[in-house]
Amino acid sequence: MLQDDSLRDQLAQALKGHKADYVEVRLEESQSTRIQYRGKELEDIGTTTSQGGNVRAMVRGGWGFVSFNDLDDLPGKVGLAVSQASLVGKETSQFSPVEPSVRTVAGKKGKKDPLTMPLASKKKLLDEYNEIIWGTPKIQTSVIAYSDGSKRVVLANSDGSFIDQSRTDVTLRLNAIARDGEEVQQSGLSLGGRDDFSHIEGLHGKVAEMSQRAVDLISAPRVKGGEYTVVLDPVLAGVFVHEAFGHLSESDFVYENERLKEIMVLGRRFGGKHLNIVDGAAIPDLRGSYSFDDEGVPATNTHLIREGVLVGRLHSRETAAKMGEKPTGNARAIDYQHHPIVRMTNTLIEPGQVSFGDLISGIEEGVYARNWYGGTTSMEMFTFSAGEAFMIRKGKVAELIRPVVLTGNVFTTMENIDAVGDDLDMNQGGGCGKGGQMPLPVSNGSPHIRIIKCLVGGK
Amino acid sequence: MNPEEVLSLAGSQSEEAEVFWVSREETPVSFETNRLKQLHTRQSRSLSLRITRNGQLGFAAARGAVDPEDMVRRAVEVSQFGAKACFELPATRDPSPIDVFDSRVREVPTEKMVELGQSLIDRVRQHTPELLCEAGVVKAVTTVRLLNSRGADVSYEKSVFSMGLEGTLIRGTDMLFVGDSQSSCHPIESFQPVADTVIGQLEKARHQASAPTKSMPVIFTPMGASTALFTSLIMAFNGRMVLQGASPLGQRRGEQVFHSKFTMTDDATIPYRPASRPWDDEGMPSRKTPLAERGVVANFLYDLQTAGMAHAQSTSSGSRGWGGMPAPSISALVVEEGDVSFEDMVRDMQEGLVIEMLMGAEQGNVLGGDFSGNVLLGYKVEGGEIVGRVKDTMVSGNVYEALKNLVAIGNEGRWMGSSLKVPHLYFSALSVASKE
Repeated sequence: MLQDDSLRDQLAQALKGHKADYVEVRLEESQSTRIQYRGKELEDIGTTTSQGGNVRAMVRGGWGFVSFNDLDDLPGKVGLAVSQASLVGKETSQFSPVEPSVRTVAGKKGKKDPLTMPLASKKKLLDEYNEIIWGTPKIQTSVIAYSDGSKRVVLANSDGSFIDQSRTDVTLRLNAIARDGEEVQQSGLSLGGRDDFSHIEGLHGKVAEMSQRAVDLISAPRVKGGEYTVVLDPVLAGVFVHEAFGHLSESDFVYENERLKEIMVLGRRFGGKHLNIVDGAAIPDLRGSYSFDDEGVPATNTHLIREGVLVGRLHSRETAAKMGEKPTGNARAIDYQHHPIVRMTNTLIEPGQVSFGDLISGIEEGVYARNWYGGTTSMEMFTFSAGEAFMIRKGKVAELIRPVVLTGNVFTTMENIDAVGDDLDMNQGGGCGKGGQMPLPVSNGSPHIRIIKCLVGGK
Repeated sequence: MNPEEVLSLAGSQSEEAEVFWVSREETPVSFETNRLKQLHTRQSRSLSLRITRNGQLGFAAARGAVDPEDMVRRAVEVSQFGAKACFELPATRDPSPIDVFDSRVREVPTEKMVELGQSLIDRVRQHTPELLCEAGVVKAVTTVRLLNSRGADVSYEKSVFSMGLEGTLIRGTDMLFVGDSQSSCHPIESFQPVADTVIGQLEKARHQASAPTKSMPVIFTPMGASTALFTSLIMAFNGRMVLQGASPLGQRRGEQVFHSKFTMTDDATIPYRPASRPWDDEGMPSRKTPLAERGVVANFLYDLQTAGMAHAQSTSSGSRGWGGMPAPSISALVVEEGDVSFEDMVRDMQEGLVIEMLMGAEQGNVLGGDFSGNVLLGYKVEGGEIVGRVKDTMVSGNVYEALKNLVAIGNEGRWMGSSLKVPHLYFSALSVASKE
C-alpha cells in the first residue's frame, strides 16, 4: 500500500469529516537484518519485515490512539481514535499550530548501503572481530550483536501535512567476557551510524584493545566508595548530559508539574559560564538527526543551557502550547505502535578551552571514568556506570580499577562541573528508553569534563 | 496471513519447518498528572518462520502483510549462514492445558478501566494530595499458534489484566518516588492492594533520615529485590551462558552456592499467571524447574537448540521476542517463602536499611553478580524501627555473597510484574555509601 501513487489522496480522504481538534495517520514499513554471535557460535541471524500504522486523535485535550498491522479501513480507524479521544477529552485542546509541509525526504545512500550488501560480507567483518576477541588469552566468551534497518514513515495530518521520510541505521555492539575462576569481567563497545556500513568497519584495533581490557579488569582492584574529583571522557560525559540533564529538559515531564516548572524555570543558573548544552535533530547525519518529527514539526537546534543558564527545553506541540513556548520538533515515536512523546535527538556539551592534561593536572587523588555501560535517572538523582575506570594520582592517570558507578543529585553535580575540555566527540552507539519506547536512535557527545565531589559506589 | 500456507511452502524447501503466529489486542488506558490522558487500542499480528535446511537454521519474521514466498526465500537465504541445528522439532499435539484465559478480561468495559484507574489515583491522593500520579490500566488478549513439519499444531489464548501507579512528590528540589503494580489473567476488581502499598511507602518516607558510610544489614522488600538482585541470577541460570562458560554457576551444579534457606524455581504452570503458558514458544509442554534447592544449584534453563548443543534436555524455556529465534528464558521465578515477617526483620535490626527501589543497580558487572545503585526509595532503621527515608545513598554488593549471608527470608512472597515472585530478603551486611 505504501507504494501506491494515490496514498496521499487516500490519507486525505481518511482524515476528512471527523469531529476532532487534530488527527494524524502515520504509516510505516521497515525491514531489518540482525546477526548475533554468542561465543564462536552464530546464535541468531534473520531478517524481518514490518508494515503497520496508527491513527492519533485529539478531542477537547484528550487523546485516542489506534495502532494496527492491518492497513485496511483507515476511515474506520480514524473514527475509532476520534471516538476514544471524545471519551477522554473534558478540557480545551492546546496544540501549537505548525505550517503544513508536503515533503519527501529520501534516505541518503552511503558508500556501502547496508540494505544491498550481501549477508556474507556483513558476516565476514563480524567474524574478523570475533577472531580478534577470541585471539586474546583468558577470554571466556564474546557477544556480538549487529543490526541494520531501513524504515519509511509517512505522516499525514489534519493540518494538511504529508511527509514521507526514509532512513537507514546500522548498529553494532561488541562484548568481550574474561574469566579467571569465579571472577568474571567484561568490556564492550557500542557503535552506530546512518546510511553507511563503513561506520562499523576498520575497528580491529579497538576490538583488540577492548578484549585486553576485559582481561585486565580481572586483576584490577575496586575503588573505595566515596566522594572524588572525577574526569569523564567524551563518551561518558555524553551519557551524563543525556541522562542527568537531558531528560529534565523534556517538557512532558515539566508541563503539568508546577513544582518541576519552578525548578526548571528559564533563566535559572545550572552551572558555570563554561557550560553550554545543545540538543538538535537538525545537526546533519547523526543517529538522532531527521528533517521532521512525528508531529510534522521541522527539526531545530535548541540551546538548553547557554553560559550556565537554562535558556530552552524540548517540546512536542502539546507541551509547547501548554507552556506558551515554541515547538522544537522533538516529538518522536519509536514505531507505529506508539504515540510520539518528547525525546532528545543529538545532545551535547559544547567544547570549552581546557586540554585533557590541564583537566587532570591538579587532581591529587581522583577517578578517570571512560566509556559507558549504562545510565538512568529519576530526574533529581542519576546513576551512570563507566565501562572502564582509572585512578588519577598526583595529576596523572594511574592504575586501572574495576568499572565504577557514579551517582548524584543532578543540580549539585551540574554546578560541580568545574572544567570543560576542548575535545568534543559524538557517540553514536546509544539508544534511549522512555515510556516503554526503546531503543530510540539518539547520539550524545561532549568533550572531557571534570566534576568535583562526585559520589562513586565501591567497596 | 495464512500460517498453513507458509508452513507447506517452507516444508517443501527444508528438512524441518516451524511457524509461530501471534495475534494480540491490547487496550491500555493511561492517566497523566492525576487524570485520564489517552485511550489506546493496539492490534498486532506477527508470523515467524524457522527452518532447517542442509542441517542449518534459517529464520524470517513479518508483521503486517506476509508474502509467503518472500518469507521462505529470506529464511532459505539466511540458512546458508545459520548455526547447525542440534535438535528435532517436537510433534506436540495435546499438551496438558494450563489455565491462562479468562474471557471476562475481554469484556471489561473501557469505562470500568477508567474508573478503576481514577479511583486508585483518588485513593492515594486522599492520603497525599500533592502527589502527582501517572497510572495505567491495561487489558490484553493474545492468541498464539504453533505449527511444525512434524505435525505439531497447537494454540492457546491468554488474557492479561494489569494496573500500576507511579507517584512523584516534589518539595523544593527534593523528589520522592513511590509506585506499585499488579497483574493477573483475571480481571482485577479492586485498586486497594496497589493503593495500600503506595500509601505504606508514603507513610514510611514521611520523615528524612541519614545513612552513614559503612557496612550494615539491609532488607530488600519484594520490589527492592526485583530492582537489584535478579538480573545476574537470570543470566547465570541461562543454559546458553552456561554453555559458553560465562555463567559463574556453570561448573557448580549440585554444589551449595547460596544459603540453605534459599530455594528458587522457574514455573510456567501456575494457573492464571501472566507468565504461564501450556507450552513454550517451541511447542514443548510447560513444566516447573527447580533452579536452586536449599541453596544447591539444581538446574539450568534450556531451549531446544541450546539443550542440543549442551547435551541436555529442553526445560521448555524457549522464548521469543519479536523478530528473533527462540532463546532460553525464565517464565516466572518463584523464590520460596521463609518464616519471618517483615515487621520482625525490622525489629531485629539495630541499624540498617530497607530498600524499596534501587536505581541503576544492574548496570555494573552484572554477570559477576555485582550490584551498586542509588536508593531511589528506601528507609533507615534504628533500634528496630523505621525512622525515615534515606537519600543520596548508594548500596553495593554482590548477589552471590549476599545470598550466602542471608539472615532471613520473608513469610509473604509478592508478584513483581509477571515473572518474579519474591518475599522480603534480609541480608547481614552490604556496603552503604552516602553523601555527607
